[in-house]
This record gives sequence, structure tokens and C-alpha cells, in this order.
Amino acid sequence: MMDSLILRTATRLLLALMILFSIFILWRGHNEPGGGFVGGLICAVAFALHALAFGVKEMKRLLVLDPRSLLGGGLLLGILSGFFAGPGGDPFMTARWIIFKDATGAKALALGTPVLFDIGVYLVVVGALLAMVQALMEED
Amino acid sequence: MIAWLVASPILVPLTTAALCAVFWNRPSLQRVLSLTGSTLLLILAGLLLARVMEGGVQVAQMGSWAAPFGIILVADTLSALMILIAAVMALAVAVYALGDVDAVRERGGYHIIFQVLMVGVCGSFITGDLFNLYVWFEVMLISSFVLLSLGGTKEQIDGAIKYAAINLIATACFLLAVALLYGVTGTLNMADLAVRVPHVANKGLVSTIAVLFIIAFGMKAAVFPFFFWLPAAYHTPAVAVQAIFAGLLTKVGVYALLRCFTLIFTGDMGWTHGILLWIAGATMLTGALGSLAVRDLRRALSWQVVAHIGYMIMGLAIATPLAIAGTVFYLVHDIVVKTNLFLGAGVVRRLSGGDTSYAKLGGLFTAAPILCIVLFVPLASLAGFPPFSGFWSKLLLVRAGLAVENWAIVAAALVTGLLTFWLVGRLWAEMVWKANPDGDALGTTSLGGAARVALVAPLVLLSAITVTIGFYAEPLMRVSAMAADGLVDPQAYIDAVLGAVPTTPTLVGAADTAAMEVQP
Repeated sequence: MMDSLILRTATRLLLALMILFSIFILWRGHNEPGGGFVGGLICAVAFALHALAFGVKEMKRLLVLDPRSLLGGGLLLGILSGFFAGPGGDPFMTARWIIFKDATGAKALALGTPVLFDIGVYLVVVGALLAMVQALMEED
Repeated sequence: MIAWLVASPILVPLTTAALCAVFWNRPSLQRVLSLTGSTLLLILAGLLLARVMEGGVQVAQMGSWAAPFGIILVADTLSALMILIAAVMALAVAVYALGDVDAVRERGGYHIIFQVLMVGVCGSFITGDLFNLYVWFEVMLISSFVLLSLGGTKEQIDGAIKYAAINLIATACFLLAVALLYGVTGTLNMADLAVRVPHVANKGLVSTIAVLFIIAFGMKAAVFPFFFWLPAAYHTPAVAVQAIFAGLLTKVGVYALLRCFTLIFTGDMGWTHGILLWIAGATMLTGALGSLAVRDLRRALSWQVVAHIGYMIMGLAIATPLAIAGTVFYLVHDIVVKTNLFLGAGVVRRLSGGDTSYAKLGGLFTAAPILCIVLFVPLASLAGFPPFSGFWSKLLLVRAGLAVENWAIVAAALVTGLLTFWLVGRLWAEMVWKANPDGDALGTTSLGGAARVALVAPLVLLSAITVTIGFYAEPLMRVSAMAADGLVDPQAYIDAVLGAVPTTPTLVGAADTAAMEVQP
């Protein structure tokens, strides 16, 4: 933990921004460069920065869940996204889509199971990185 | 729905691992999950083998992407049999771990990593894609690094570093070979490769790639001359970990060799299988001699893992249907026996106060007579005494060797058998008959009620399997012959993969895929 007023003040501002940005990257990855992995990295960096400024204890309080449970949860979500193929009789991991249309009948929004998988990846990356950060910072 | 059954050997341990990770701080719940997951895997693996025996090669296209573009999972008789036997080992070791793995290792995530290891092992057995095989090897390797160093003693870190170093080289070779093969053929689907590799004009390059694969898989399988990491690493981690490593990990390398050198690289058999034959003989002899040179039970068993890999490579190198059937039979027999021996050595270590060097062993028969009888089964099977499974597997391979009149390799196999017999005699004398140097050895009652059941029950189960295979070898012989037929003539495998009708994914909510396209 670094005892620096500048870092603490900046982190307060940056934390929310970085988490928002990571979610934006996750969402954008649906059709454009980005995705769960990069988004997860940005989110994990946000929390790591918080741990640097305020200490690991504060980070754990902010995170509520154990990062390792977060990792498991993400993995479960990723597996679950593959199971949506089951009811239609398709093999594991076949994508499922719900397509919303606007008044003219053109496409408005397509929601699919790949997003769910990406959120799973996001959580796995956040969980794995923060577990490492926590272990390394608690060591000293 | 068959596609889900084919994918289940990956899905079940993966889900178990994820659930265990969610409950990271509750080891008691993880134990229940690990046992449940292993049991479920065993049931599904049994169903899968039954389905394959009945209906031939089963194929699943992940995400409905058809071969050769998507990732295909293929269950033929060999794959299904290997998954079934791996599932049996997973269950036996999961039970043993209840009595063996200490609280520190459990908090370090033992159950999670163990299940991830099973994902890697089962994935390697079932995949029909060479790059996907690489991925499963990585999954297996990373989890085995963790398992190997979990506990963090000096000896373990030393073994883990050797293991990591050799495996990095093996992985680099594997990746290089995969890249070259893709450059030459433009595909990595194994069935598609089987069709295209014979038409490659540059035969020399194909032979080079084949040798790279021998090196890559040979390092994992610990064959001569890449075996040295194994005796350095295998005796260091927790007993449950040793047992699953000795039983399964090296055999995945053998399986990969068996798959690639019956399906893909069959064009220049004089060259590739000639190399394999030399490797087989050298592996057998060095392993057996090494096991006689050390004076420690667990180290001797580690060397024996190397020796018996040689037998399996011998069957592959001879490559007649009988020899391949012998290799498959040997794989099953050896997985059961090696896991059993390492689990048994763990119990012996506890009874002798934490040391398995010959100087500290002895007096086991007066202290724990029933344990001795249970341990006699895998030891006798290792040496190839007639009623046990080791006898039949060696008989098949020696007969296959005699049939092709390859006297040298038959002689090597028989000499190795004799040396193994010598080792078993020595182990028996040191461990069971000799008087204990520190007075009386402890009996199994000293292990404590629940731990005693957890530690001894898997030994009894695995010994029962060995005895059953020994006295009633017919069913396994039939399955092995079926697997060998499928390997020697892979047309059914190729047809099943490339001929599978692509399934069109069903759309929910709208019938037109155009609606999914992005509007600028």
C-alpha cells in the first residue's frame, strides 16, 4: 500500500470510470474489438489500483465476494451459456438468439448466449487477477 | 442428445471444478462435490462406452460447426474405453484423497485443480482436433504444475521445476509440429488429416513432422531418452496426486501417440515405427534397470512407470491388429495397476512413519496381513504372474512380437519382465517379510476409523478390478480387439467425422439470420 494523497484522490475518481469503461468494452466486444477478456483486465486493474491506494483490506470490502468465488461463478456462467443449446436438441455451445425488432420490422437488438459467455470470461479474468493481486499483496 | 453424452466427459468435471471454486472456503462441501462429480463422470463414461460399442463411432460438433472447420469431439472404442478407465481412477483417487489430502492442500484448492486435471485428461481422450488436443494438454499441464508443487516442500519445487522445464520444450515441439502440419495440409482435424496427409508431395517433410510428434508426445509419455524428469518428480507430491499422475498422465502421451501414428502418420511406417520400436526397447530396459538401482519403494515404482510405457510403445511400433489390441489391453491394465501401487505405497509410507526407503520398511505382514494380500495383487500383476491382468497383456504383446518374428524386441520385453519380477521379489522381501528395523510396524487400525476406510477401500476396488481382468479377460480382450480394429482401419472414424450431417442451429425469436447482422 502506498500512502499518497494524490493516488488516493485520483483512484476515487478513476475507479468508477474504469469499471464503467470495462463494461463498455465488454459490451462493445459483442460486434467490435473488445470483449470479456480485455474488459475483465481493465476492471481488475481498477480494483488493483484501489488496493494500491487504500490497501488489500479495503479492496476486499469493496469487492464483497472472494475473488476465487468470482472466478468459479464466471466459469459456471460460461458453462451455463453453452447449456442453452440443450432444449432445441443442438450440441453444446450452439448459440441461441433473441431478436428484438423495431416498429418497421427491421432489426433493433439481438441478444444471444455468446454475451453470457463473454460475461463469464469477464468474471473469470477479474477473479483470477484479483486472487493473484491479493495473494501477492498480502505476502508483504 | 448423443452429442451431449459425447461432451459429458468434459462438462462434468469442468462444472464440478467451477462449483468447487465458488465454494472455495468450504472444503467439506468441495469433498462432497468432488465425489459426486467423479461418480457422475463414471456413470456417463459407462453409458458412452456402451453406446459406442453398440452404435459405432459417435461424433459431436461443438457449437454446431461442422468438420473440418469446427471442433469435433469423437468417441470411438479407444476413446470411450480410456475415458471409462480414467473415470474409475478419478473416483478411486477422489475417495483416497478424503483420507490423504491435508487441510493446507485443501485450502490451496486441491479438489478444484484435481477436477481441472480430469477435464484435461478426458478432453485429450475425446477430441478429434489436433490443436484442441494441444489445448487439453495445456489444461492438463498447468493443473499438474499446481498439483505437483501444492504443499511447497523443497523436494517438490525441485521436481516441479524439472517437470515444468521438460514440458515447456515438449509443448514447443508439439506446437511447432502442429504449425508445420497445418502449413502442409491446411487442416488440423484428425480425420481430415488422415485423408490429406497421404497426398502431400513432400514426403520428407511429413516424416520430419512425424518425428517432432514422437518427441513431443514421447516427453509426456516419458519414453527413452526423455524419461529423466519422471523419477525426479513423481515421488514428491501428495499420494493421491502421485497416483493419478502415475496412472493417467503418461498414458495420455501414449494415447496421443497411438492416435496419431495409427490415423495420420501411416505413410512411412518403416521409418516412424522403426524409431518407435527402438524407443520401446530402450525404454523398457532403462526403466527396469533404474527401478533396481534405487533403494526406495516410491522411487522404484516411479521407474517402473517408465519401464511399462515401453511395452505399450512396443505394441504400437509392431502395429499389427494383435499388437495394437495388446497395447490397448496393456493401457487399461497398467493404469489400474500403477494407480493402485502408488496409493498402496502411500499407505505403506504412513505405516512406516513417513519414509519408504528400504532401510525403514519391513514387518508389514505381521502388522497388516490383509493390506499385504491386497497389495500382492498389483505387485504380482506388475511382474506378470499368470492369473492377473499383467500376464495377459504381456502375453498378447509377446505373441504379437513373435508373429512378426522380431526376436530382439521380444527378448527385450521378456528380459524386462524378468527384471520386474526381480524387483517385485525384492520389494516383497524388504517390505513384507523382513523384520522392521524400528521394532514393530504399525497396523492399519492406527490410521483411524474414517481415514482407514478412505485409504484402503480404493486399494481393494482396484485390486478387485485387476483380479477380475485376470480371471475374466474375455470382455476386455473383446473391447481391445474392437478398439484395435478401429485403429488399424480408421475408415469408420473418418466417415463418422467427415460424413456427419451439419446441424442447423435453431433460432429463437426470429427465423431470419439477416436480422443479426450489424447495421452500420
